[in-house]
Amino acid sequence: MDEIKKEQTTTHKIGIYLWIWGLLFVLSFFSYMVDWYQFQGLLRWSLILFFMFLKAGLIMAFFMHLYWERYALVNVLLWPMTAIACFVGLMVAEGKYTLFSRLFYFFVGGGQ
Amino acid sequence: MSSDPKIEGYKFKPGYSGMAADTASDQTMFKGVHWGKAMMWIFLLSDTFIFSCFLISYMKGRASTPVEWPNPSEVFALNAFGVPVPLLLIAIMTFVLITSSGTMALAVKYGYERNKKMCGWLIVATALGGLTFVGMQVFEWSKLIHEGVRPWENPFGAAQFGSFFFMITGFHGTHVSIGVIFLFIYAYKTFAGHYDEGKRGWFTTMKGDYVEIEILGLYWHFVDLVWVFIFAFFYLW
Repeated sequence: MDEIKKEQTTTHKIGIYLWIWGLLFVLSFFSYMVDWYQFQGLLRWSLILFFMFLKAGLIMAFFMHLYWERYALVNVLLWPMTAIACFVGLMVAEGKYTLFSRLFYFFVGGGQ
Repeated sequence: MSSDPKIEGYKFKPGYSGMAADTASDQTMFKGVHWGKAMMWIFLLSDTFIFSCFLISYMKGRASTPVEWPNPSEVFALNAFGVPVPLLLIAIMTFVLITSSGTMALAVKYGYERNKKMCGWLIVATALGGLTFVGMQVFEWSKLIHEGVRPWENPFGAAQFGSFFFMITGFHGTHVSIGVIFLFIYAYKTFAGHYDEGKRGWFTTMKGDYVEIEILGLYWHFVDLVWVFIFAFFYLW
């Protein structure tokens, strides 16, 4: 009886995997279409990020079974990744400042 | 999953109160999780840090250079029937990797159902997908090298492009290659019945179990996961 119970917790219906698989294909196709139609500017970045996070979330939640794991494991994994996302944001801002100061000193000469 | 088989009388609670109870129980924190799986997750987390270092330095480098960045959809275009199709090879590589991720997920499922044949063949299919991916990456590298892309210069624009390209895709390709080697080893172990008999692996006292397929699957899905980010930030951006 215990054996049967254990089996049920570790295996999932095949339909879930096939659905996620199909969704990943569709999302990849859409993110390729972003480049195909040459969307530019804010629309391009927001679409790329949207499809990226959706795909990453689906892979982690269902293929890597995080959806079914206990919160002790899920939170140990997701909070450091959130911190990294903040780090990325900080460094993008820093990069823009570096570019600004490079151009400023190259062409304006530091305002002298 | 209502109680931990290892600790008598410990009742699982759901959600955040369960997390607080698990963490504060003065015992194993990741309850109901095989130690190998927890260790693989922690390895993958540290691997995430390494890939993040690469991606962050790439974004910083790209954002801070005053020289025009090469347009990836032109650099990675491929001629199909005489027409240049943007990112064609990269799109095919993405679909190949997602396909292999799907077969891996099914291999894990069939492994837990103790379906040795299906599990083994799906692992072989995953390995072949990985090999195809690495092969196409080799093709892409040699094409770019022929066009004069080097880590220190390239004919398309900012010089940093080459070093970031070779570093990031090279490190990812190394992960795929190591994954393919392990996939073939695990396919052999599956067909040989090591997980049905509980045969011990090398350098371990752990008895063979189909949970090892899930641990291998975690690694393989992670490789796919990293490619999602590389595809978005390096090729599409």
